[in-house]
Amino acid sequence: MKNPLLAIGLGLVITLALLAALAPWVSPFDPNAQDILARLSAPTLRHALGTDNFGRDVASRILAGLRVLFAVSSASVLAALLLGGGLGLLAAWRGGWTERVLMRAMDVMFAFPIILLAIGVVAVLGPGVMGTAIAIGVVYTPIFARSLRAPARVLLASDQIEAARATGCTIRRILLRHLLPNLLPVILVQASLSLSTSMLVEASLSFLGLGTQPPTASLGRMLAESRAFLALCPWPALFSGLAILIAAFGFNLLGDGLQDRLDPRLRGRS
Amino acid sequence: MIRAVAARLAELAVVALGVSVLVFLMIHLIPGDAAQVMLGAADVGAVEVAALRERLGLDRPLPVQFALWLWHALQGDLGTSLWTGRPVLEEIAGRAGITAELTALALGLAMLLAIPAGCVMAALRSGAADYTVRIVSIIGVTMPSFWLGAMLLLVVSSALPGVAVIGYVPFADDPWGHAQRMILPALSLALPVLAALSRILRASMIEALGQDYTRTARAKGVAEWRVVAVHALRNALIPFVTSAGIMAGYLFGGSVVVEQVFAIPGLGRLMVGAIAERNYPLVQAAILLATLTFVGVNLLVDLLYLAIDPRGRRA
Repeated sequence: MKNPLLAIGLGLVITLALLAALAPWVSPFDPNAQDILARLSAPTLRHALGTDNFGRDVASRILAGLRVLFAVSSASVLAALLLGGGLGLLAAWRGGWTERVLMRAMDVMFAFPIILLAIGVVAVLGPGVMGTAIAIGVVYTPIFARSLRAPARVLLASDQIEAARATGCTIRRILLRHLLPNLLPVILVQASLSLSTSMLVEASLSFLGLGTQPPTASLGRMLAESRAFLALCPWPALFSGLAILIAAFGFNLLGDGLQDRLDPRLRGRS
Repeated sequence: MIRAVAARLAELAVVALGVSVLVFLMIHLIPGDAAQVMLGAADVGAVEVAALRERLGLDRPLPVQFALWLWHALQGDLGTSLWTGRPVLEEIAGRAGITAELTALALGLAMLLAIPAGCVMAALRSGAADYTVRIVSIIGVTMPSFWLGAMLLLVVSSALPGVAVIGYVPFADDPWGHAQRMILPALSLALPVLAALSRILRASMIEALGQDYTRTARAKGVAEWRVVAVHALRNALIPFVTSAGIMAGYLFGGSVVVEQVFAIPGLGRLMVGAIAERNYPLVQAAILLATLTFVGVNLLVDLLYLAIDPRGRRA
């Protein structure tokens, strides 16, 4: 393999995605089951990552939290990709006023610091998984619109598309056969980088108590709650944060590696 | 130059207006009757709800409401807090300074450390060094600062028991105690930005060191440290400064979260509390002011960019 970082990123992402998907089957315990006799336990043979103040198994709660983290960030990034990407393509296709108005609207959304805009959306919709997912979707929409519009414009002005138009290709065919395949590298890179950062946004919102609500396990919330007994038993805080870091790191490494691999102009610049 | 500045200012005005519209709409996007939601489902009479709707102007046509809201906002009246009845601006003013200080400290720290780090990293150019730099910087960028903060807190409080590192003391009351409590939150916020900035600087330093002007400088016998620190660094700083400006907003959002870890009474704690109490005028005003400040910072960075790099002036 020429690019070991890409391989590591892909390996991490696949492993974590599998763990998240199979969480209910691979978890050693029910994430909400309380082992009263083993509260605030350090890692043991029985509880590999220790237990929290209710005696709940940290490893099982992390797997359950990973599942929510993956579900929320992939659903919202997919929504942002469809909506933002669609708007970006529309802007590139129509040009003129449509483009100006759309892109100015994206500039306005982009002007908000990410966490603040997400907090605003959650404030309106109310805390919870749904509110967080929509908030992240909204926040990432301008990112996809911007990153797809520029390359789409270049492509639309290219000889390839000119030729396709001249030979009477339908809009649908131009879009599916000529535009999207060429935009795929940009989409893949942007999607995996966005997945990485959106996981941090989800964890931040949950940490603030605005995301996933109890009793559903959530990594951000777990970290927030375990601060109360941090000095007594640092394990839940340590491992929940590490899980967020590893998930975000995996997607970022994947995006970084893909960028290097798919965009020859950037090769060798790091 | 004047035309380029005017173009930036016009852009700023459009974005600021758009931001105001979005923030204004916040209350109107709340599902259901906003006044009812704000007062909570609990036993409030129809009279109270009607009074709040009138106070918020929810009984008038939308464009009229926006015009009135904007008119008042321009005069410094962003509404009153639903629960304390004080102007929200007053409530925010006491808190925003703390968050701004934290943001500025973290940004300053990150920039100060990123310059030597980026230069040193640019000198290491083997394949192994490339990979190490990338992995370390990606770990840094994806480090959740609130987690890093909690871990730093754990380590420092067990290594130095008795040293107060959480909470907040005004600088005027106790400068040393103030600094002591700000250093850990600033560090945990700075690390992701430090990682991102030093990687950006490394890339542009490597590019600058390969340019003709550095070769010329070396050929005419300029000392190597001068070539790096003066000739290459000055050019490499252009993308660095622009990125640092963009990160200011990111840091501001991050400090809202990190404040929670260190029990710092900044804007973040105020906002989280306000959301729990459904105190929307307060949330609205905090988001508006913070975003407009961030837009202003980006304008300054753009202008700075124009001042450093004459090539941008024509665009």
